Amino acid sequence: MSSTVWVRRALKPAVFLAGLGPAIWLVVRGFQGELGVNPVETVTNDTGIWTLRFIVLTLAVTPTRWLTGWNPVALFRRMLGLFAFFYGTLHFLTYFILDHSLELAGVWDDVVKRPYITAGFTGFMLMVPLALTSTHGWIRRLGGHRWNRLHQLVYVSAIGAVLHYLWKVKLDTTNPFIYIAIVAVLLGARLWHHIARASQK
Amino acid sequence: MLIKKPADLRESDVTDQSLYLRRREFLQVAGSTAVAMATVGGVPAFEGTSTVLHAQNPSARKLENFTKSAFNTDEKMNSYKDVTTYNNFYEFGLDKADPARYSSTLRPSPWSVVVDGQCGKPGTYTIEDIMKWFPLEERIYRMRCVEAWSMVIPWVGFPLADFVKRFQPTSRAKFVKFTTLVDTKQMPGQTEPALPWPYVEGLRMDEALHPLALMAVGLYGEVLPNQNGAPIRLVVPWKYGFKGIKSIVRVSFEESQPLNTWQRVRADEYGFYANVNPAVDHPRWSQASERRIGEFFKRKTLPFNGYADHVASLYTGMDPRKLY
Ligand code: HEM
Repeated sequence: MSSTVWVRRALKPAVFLAGLGPAIWLVVRGFQGELGVNPVETVTNDTGIWTLRFIVLTLAVTPTRWLTGWNPVALFRRMLGLFAFFYGTLHFLTYFILDHSLELAGVWDDVVKRPYITAGFTGFMLMVPLALTSTHGWIRRLGGHRWNRLHQLVYVSAIGAVLHYLWKVKLDTTNPFIYIAIVAVLLGARLWHHIARASQK
Repeated sequence: MLIKKPADLRESDVTDQSLYLRRREFLQVAGSTAVAMATVGGVPAFEGTSTVLHAQNPSARKLENFTKSAFNTDEKMNSYKDVTTYNNFYEFGLDKADPARYSSTLRPSPWSVVVDGQCGKPGTYTIEDIMKWFPLEERIYRMRCVEAWSMVIPWVGFPLADFVKRFQPTSRAKFVKFTTLVDTKQMPGQTEPALPWPYVEGLRMDEALHPLALMAVGLYGEVLPNQNGAPIRLVVPWKYGFKGIKSIVRVSFEESQPLNTWQRVRADEYGFYANVNPAVDHPRWSQASERRIGEFFKRKTLPFNGYADHVASLYTGMDPRKLY
């Protein structure tokens, strides 16, 4: 079995199931009444942090390929990105339904008034076109180059996401700064790679 | 997560609310009868009633003889578990589950409170003495956190006004300042510089003398659990919860407005007055609505947390934007 086939047949389904894990775990805890005294807060925070984790994992794919030379890792990129969108959608829906009772006016009010929501909303909205154009059909229609350019929006999305986290926290900014550092390294790696390649030419 | 042991089964877990409430009414009647009996020298037997409230937390000491207050809300109370496992008490960690987990190191006895500043009777008073000075009453209050969630909590305590008056504040006493214990052994969270310790809060004298302001020594008919600020804390129901300073060791009568902890660390976000006000947002989030713990959808926040009829007159003529 070639490396690619092995990745497609075994590793990808395994990663897919693992990616569903946090959502399943939330549902299980929900049924057991184990989501704590403020379950809505738990769901918001859990889905939020998993959105961010999947954004980071998605961004880590290409640098991992450069670093290890193991090309099949690229086969996970789309799935990880879609998981980021999946958790982002759950996160946004929790907020939209339970914080704002499906009233768009209230959401918009937050988006324009509260920097942490502005950042999170930007981050999430930029993920929508990326999720929609994630199919092979769209890659063909747009052409690889244009598709790649479009999907660089995930960099902006990641920056919006970490700012959202940082600005939301009341006091202890340790964890937001850990994610800021990771995102900085992952984006920095791209810049460095780009410069290194340009100077080779 | 708390591991549930059978011994931890609480009255509110196993009894429906109305039954619990009826028993409490019974208790209150029993309580006042007992006061009457005690005054004529009788020693009333409390066995029957004490087991009822004792069941909240088998290791907690029950409080006796407290009466019902005219200020009680009839809204559905949050469970004992809600009130005792979801706390902001950074002296024990920043997570809301931390105080319940880590506050066993706090020793609420022996405990004394230093009273100083502009008053006629400064001194150091033990908690046992303080609890003997005033009749206890139950106050079922709404509690609105600055983080936009709320609970309904049955406190037991005595009016702050009675406490304040006892020390005969002078005409120069314009503010009352409260200070929490500092002791890294008892409050391990204080080894982290999360906030400048000790935690400090304050009230204007007329706020402190308002009948709604409460010194709480109990919860659900029992002595305060450590995570809720044992052995004595402040409850000011028309203000955001952070004004309700816990585990108080010092009460000072001051001429000038004390710098309360949250104002000190984030003056742009938290002020001195911190009156619940749906019209004035926190700089980062809206205060227009709140999530009552136990409910899924948010509800509208009321001015002064629903106590406007009682307290709004304290602030006439003041710019509400300065009252955050
Ligand atoms: C890129 C997309 C997003 C990411 C990665 C993200 C991530 C996060 C994270 C990590 C947290 C904090 C978790 C914690 O403290 O444990 C959070 C909280 C939150 N997020 Fe997001 N978020 C995103 C988009 C959004 C959007 C679009 C909204 C609403 C318009 C939103 C609303 C909230 C709210 C209301 C909270 C909780 C605030 C609180 O509890 O005080 N987020 N998010």
